[in-house]
Amino acid sequence: MIKLSKIEKYYGTYHALRDVNCHIKEGEFFSLLGPSGSGKTTLLRTIAGFEGIDSGTVMIGGQSMDGVPPNMRPTNMVFQSYAIFPHMSVAQNVAYGLRSQRLDNAKTAEMVAESLAKVGLAGYGDRAAHALSGGQRQRVALARALILKPKVLLLDEPLSALDRQLREEMQSELRRLQRSLGITFVLVTHDQEEALTMSDRVAVMFEGQIAQLDTPQALYKHPASKRVAEFFGAMNVLKAEIIEVDGDTATTRIEGLGVAELAIPTGASAESSFCAGVRPESMTILDDGEQAYAKETSATVAEVEYRGEMTYYDVKFEGSDTPVVVSMRNTSNRELRKVGQQVRIGWESASAVLLLDQN
Amino acid sequence: MSKRILTMFMIIFVIFLYAPTLLLPIFAFNDSSIIAFPLSGFTFDWFKSLGAADELRKAAGTSLIIATSSSIIATMLALLATSATVRYKFPGKGAMIGTIMLPMFLPEIIIGVSLLTVVLLAGLKLSIYTIIMGHVLICTPFCIAILRSSFQQLDPSLEEASLDLGESRATTFRRVTLPLIMPSVISSLLIGFTISLDEFVIAFFLSGTEPTLPVYIWSQLRFPQRIPSVMALGTLLLILSVVLLTLSELLRRRSARRLGQTSTSGAL
Repeated sequence: MIKLSKIEKYYGTYHALRDVNCHIKEGEFFSLLGPSGSGKTTLLRTIAGFEGIDSGTVMIGGQSMDGVPPNMRPTNMVFQSYAIFPHMSVAQNVAYGLRSQRLDNAKTAEMVAESLAKVGLAGYGDRAAHALSGGQRQRVALARALILKPKVLLLDEPLSALDRQLREEMQSELRRLQRSLGITFVLVTHDQEEALTMSDRVAVMFEGQIAQLDTPQALYKHPASKRVAEFFGAMNVLKAEIIEVDGDTATTRIEGLGVAELAIPTGASAESSFCAGVRPESMTILDDGEQAYAKETSATVAEVEYRGEMTYYDVKFEGSDTPVVVSMRNTSNRELRKVGQQVRIGWESASAVLLLDQN
Repeated sequence: MSKRILTMFMIIFVIFLYAPTLLLPIFAFNDSSIIAFPLSGFTFDWFKSLGAADELRKAAGTSLIIATSSSIIATMLALLATSATVRYKFPGKGAMIGTIMLPMFLPEIIIGVSLLTVVLLAGLKLSIYTIIMGHVLICTPFCIAILRSSFQQLDPSLEEASLDLGESRATTFRRVTLPLIMPSVISSLLIGFTISLDEFVIAFFLSGTEPTLPVYIWSQLRFPQRIPSVMALGTLLLILSVVLLTLSELLRRRSARRLGQTSTSGAL
């Protein structure tokens, strides 16, 4: 649906987008995830046509968007501020883009009502725009964009202004809406949880570049680099020393933990330096006599953080000073460990990933 | 103690500021051609005499034409200047704004003399048009000051949303930008009108055979017996100015509210 190739963009001397290549499929929920200043919003605005690019091509639905202004593109956008026209009613806002279609009043009213019903605002048409709450404004912005039946809906951090509960509600609603409409959604967000729960695929961006593009699961399980790994939830990053390479796998000595067979991440070269990542939940503090794991390492508990559902332990492996977080689910018969206690940590090769250490 | 001094200061300040203005309506209704206390009686004669003065009506007509034209031209120029300077970055932008705003701070006598020189050098005849020219020059900075805050408060994503929903730049201006800044546009028209209406120095230098109202009033001051009529005229102008300025400020506040801001400070 959207093909971005070799996109370069400068603001003066600032390199905002660097060699961005990606293919967004039809009917996909695609997210651009990154910290502020990573170029994700610039890229979205490039697709919408608000930002010119210095080189590269944007193709939407097989057509080049070179020189096509925003009002002629088959995309519609939900702005971060929602951009609800304050001098119009809800119905006038939703009907705004229909003017060029020259429909009669009855047809317009019908389409507006249908669009409002779709976003759960049936009967709100006569309300003044400034009398709406944040969540309602967002729904109006959605209805206003969707009424034009765009091929692509662009969403610029649409949930960042909402409070937590409303945000979670809107996350699943957006997902439901996208599935039922089958429209391609491109979402910009800095919230990794949001990207993980809503998207089919996520492009993680740093400094104007796509660092990794994959499904949420793959990004979580097999982050290619240290930066991507740390951006997605908690990740223990440990020193890694490659002992032997055999095809796609490397026998690696992980600081404090031991030796494991790890897959070499894509994009690695002979000059790459590596580290190892281990998620807190992929290690277990073993009970006495428990033998469920292929590998074991002994450690000392340095800190205990009880969080109801889970307990987070800071442990130190024997012969290592790096604190490592291990999380344990608080099942009914599991006792909390104490600070200073000697424990056995159970793990396996699949617990760890080899990461590119680039900065 | 210091609070009482400040209160006193405030009261004296306000009296000093407005008391002379209040003399105008007092003597406009006084039944004597001599401007002095004690007052001798109440009369509407001076107002009635205004209706009979042909020259005065002509001067008032001239002033209305000039004030209306200058405020419209100045507001349109200000609209162009503000939409360019608020939306876009371009080299020399700061210098450009400075140059446009400068007449606000230049002594009017200098503007008047230099414009007169230009007009004479160019071989133009002094007329209503030369006054309009001068007034546009001094009104534009004020119009810009009013419109600028309104443009700055306007969320740029509103215009982008309109473009995104399929409208062109021109229709976006008509359907979104203009309605949202309309109160400020009207406010700018009113301010421009008021400034032009009571402007004396430039009008004096640039007027030909058709004097504006202030120039006419000034010429009448040479005849002591006409001073009470001038007072009556002044009273009418005073009321008009107060009404226009109040209206413009109300509109500006309404505009600020509409854009979702609570603002109490502004051009006034």
